[in-house]
Amino acid sequence: MTQIKYLQIADLNIAHRIRRVLIAVSLLLGLVAATTAYATEAGASDSGPSVLGDAWQTLTKGNYKQKADAIQAIAKQNPPQTVAVLKAMLQGELYYAKKTKRLYHMSEGDGQYRFSSIFDDEVVMQNRKRGYRKVKINNNLRGLLRQSLAGLQLGNKDAKVRLAAVNELLKSPDDDALQIVRSRIANEADEGVKHAMAALLAIDTLLKGDITDHSEAIATLRESLSPAAINALRSYHSPDKQLEAEAQQAIKSIDARKSWYSIIETTFFGLSLGSVLALAAIGLAITFGVMGVINMAHGELMMIGAYTTFVVQTLMPEHIGLSILVAIPAAFVVAGSVGIAIERGIIRHLYGRPLETLLATFGVSLILQQAVRSIFSPLNRTVETPQWMSGAWQVNEVLALTWNRMYIILFCLAVFMALIAIMKRTSLGLQVRAVSQNRNMARAMGVRSDWVDALTFGLGAGIAGIAGVGLSLLTNVGPNLGQSYIIDSFMVVVFGGVGNLLGTLVAGLGLGVANKIMEPWAGAVLAKILVLIFIILFIQKRPRGLFPQRGRAAEG
Amino acid sequence: MTTSRFGLIQNDRAGRWFLGCLLLVGLLVPVLNLGVPEDSAFHFSTYSVTLLGKYLTYALLAIAADLVWGYLGILSLGHAAFFSLGGYAMGMYLMRQIGDRGVYGDPVLPDFMVFLNWHELPWFWQGFDMFWFAMLMVLVVPGLLAYAFGFLAFRSRVSGVYLSIITQALTYALMLAFFRNEMGFGGNNGLTDFKDLLGFSLREDSTRIALFMASALALGLGYLACRYIVGSRLGLACIAIRDAESRTRFIGYRVENVKLWVFTFSAMLAGIAGALYVPQVGIINPSEFSPLNSIELIIWVAVGGRATLYGAVIGALLVNYSKSYLTAALPDIWLFALGALFVLVTMYLPKGIAGLAKRREASA
Repeated sequence: MTQIKYLQIADLNIAHRIRRVLIAVSLLLGLVAATTAYATEAGASDSGPSVLGDAWQTLTKGNYKQKADAIQAIAKQNPPQTVAVLKAMLQGELYYAKKTKRLYHMSEGDGQYRFSSIFDDEVVMQNRKRGYRKVKINNNLRGLLRQSLAGLQLGNKDAKVRLAAVNELLKSPDDDALQIVRSRIANEADEGVKHAMAALLAIDTLLKGDITDHSEAIATLRESLSPAAINALRSYHSPDKQLEAEAQQAIKSIDARKSWYSIIETTFFGLSLGSVLALAAIGLAITFGVMGVINMAHGELMMIGAYTTFVVQTLMPEHIGLSILVAIPAAFVVAGSVGIAIERGIIRHLYGRPLETLLATFGVSLILQQAVRSIFSPLNRTVETPQWMSGAWQVNEVLALTWNRMYIILFCLAVFMALIAIMKRTSLGLQVRAVSQNRNMARAMGVRSDWVDALTFGLGAGIAGIAGVGLSLLTNVGPNLGQSYIIDSFMVVVFGGVGNLLGTLVAGLGLGVANKIMEPWAGAVLAKILVLIFIILFIQKRPRGLFPQRGRAAEG
Repeated sequence: MTTSRFGLIQNDRAGRWFLGCLLLVGLLVPVLNLGVPEDSAFHFSTYSVTLLGKYLTYALLAIAADLVWGYLGILSLGHAAFFSLGGYAMGMYLMRQIGDRGVYGDPVLPDFMVFLNWHELPWFWQGFDMFWFAMLMVLVVPGLLAYAFGFLAFRSRVSGVYLSIITQALTYALMLAFFRNEMGFGGNNGLTDFKDLLGFSLREDSTRIALFMASALALGLGYLACRYIVGSRLGLACIAIRDAESRTRFIGYRVENVKLWVFTFSAMLAGIAGALYVPQVGIINPSEFSPLNSIELIIWVAVGGRATLYGAVIGALLVNYSKSYLTAALPDIWLFALGALFVLVTMYLPKGIAGLAKRREASA
């Protein structure tokens, strides 16, 4: 408590030195903040904050006129609880204890009444409402509450809160609030909020305004995408046929834009799904595409990456956001070493016998699955999504692009870039390509081909591990995680053209988009089946995939 | 070629042994089950009969897979699909046999259709109330799928690993499809709750014995048919294709035709195995299509020894027996054991158990 006061004073001192003019204001602000902070604490012992104590107390009394004054006083001071209290009051959820006169927010659930104190953390659960009484309001107060709430929210510093307030009004318009909007629209700085306000006012004009303004209002609504605007246009009737035609035109224009945005949204979903597919397939594109090794344990290497993420996050529960960044190199190293072990232990002995490699690595995949089941239990684990990955970028009313999908697309592209850089720019990449094209010649040139094999396989496995980090954020982490991706990954690699990294990317993204385009009318499962059948047929037509390798390397 | 009584298997010592054993088991087990009183140490319980019958259908499936993998060099990772399709055809017949004894008592519609609020039988369920038609479908449906798939794949010369992967995709797609309720095959739950087959109750011991003997008979006949193919000119062409596909083509053989017919035959054999499997197990559901099953089946063949036919039988019996034992006794160990089996057999025992026997024979 004293610490807070101390900090306030320190703030004041700095302000004093820098801007003398603001001293008075700062003092006032500091005072209000300090008293609020003090009051919040004090609320635990007495019935309410001291400065506004009387106003809060008045709410528990019977006189509506006094209540109205109290509401106005509170709205003017605007302590942190204001919005919550006014909302609760409006919805009839504001109660007070009969004995102590303290204010509570009441919510119902599971047949219980939950009274949570407005000013501190006190929570009372009761089967009945006994001992508490509702803060009663009448129609006058209701109007006042709405108006105050709208005013408070519309005057909020945060553009998001203002936008939410306007959207709220779009759903349930209110004359008093509209008046406030009218007065604020000219000074509104945020474009989005301004548009929403304009739409709100235009709807009001269509309903009640002068007919000469209607044409302009329709033109304004034409730019809007909100359902309220469309409803207003749909139900618009006017003696003037010209105006009705304009309204119809506006609806058409809105619908056209909406379908355009939905195409963007579908493509975006498709790209994000495709990125997941491509990410899962990249590692395979190296082991299968470049080395020609069928690694059925590829999915399990992704699973290892996902479990590495889980372990890293368990080790550093305080830093969820950072843990993901740590998990990426960790997963690369862990999955990569497992991959090298598999290559040295098993695959090395089976070069030139692809079908046997397939079976042996399948055996490895079973062992890895069971190992994870024994170590971590067969239950699914969840990896927490860090703060910076949740939420969405709200482009407009109908289009919202979620951040985690956005990140997965970027992540996929980044991994791809890195891989292509390794393959094209480093000496390891050069040697890998040399060995894959002509092993004997490469050996004759002094390339240690078995060492290159091990490193290449390790690279592919490590990238599978990184893909696992990405997957862990999207789905549950469980022993079957890998199994569900292995067939898809192979399909992507074969479809894109074996040995062609870029082909893998294009194939993954393309299949993702195709899947999402079909989903609305076919359903998720049928879409997937159709994609599988398409690939099966496609391979018949072009056995070497979309982008076949040409020249001598193709026959290798 | 002299025509003795064993014409087909006169040069096939192991085959004679295998058929002899099969005959012995096929006759002895029913006697031990029905003739020996239950408290005797020699009594063979009905549960074990059914279990053994199930293994025999697996063995038939393994022979089918060995025919294409061992002799033709096609590693099909989708043979479980043909097996399951045969099983579903049988299951549909058994469903229709339930009649009005189902939970909802509808005389025509199976329970799950009543549950889904369907009012009439879909067209593809018509005719399955007749046994002969259902048996025809057991052959035709897997055969047709294999023919269509093979026609496309072999003509465009998809081979090796690519073929393995797309056969896997095929069975995966079928699994997803059969999981859908809209497909009309009972969705997730599949077909179950069967009552009787040709009027004989499936709960009766005698029916179970008959099914067991039918499985043994089918296995024996399947073996002979495969042995016949392998010994014929077609079989020689198969081996030639396996070892040098291009050369065989240049000599003038129609490689894709050989592959297509043998593949289709193998699929039909798998279908028969599935049809015998379902009444013994009492259920068929989409998880039978799972790619894991197809790969597991390959390991049976690998363990027993590919390109021997009888090796496939040994492998199927051995692996499945250990599976039944381990999943009950030490459930955590089973996947480790199976995985290790995959690795060890491919690395150290490429010719399987049959190869071991042959090696000893050669050194003796």
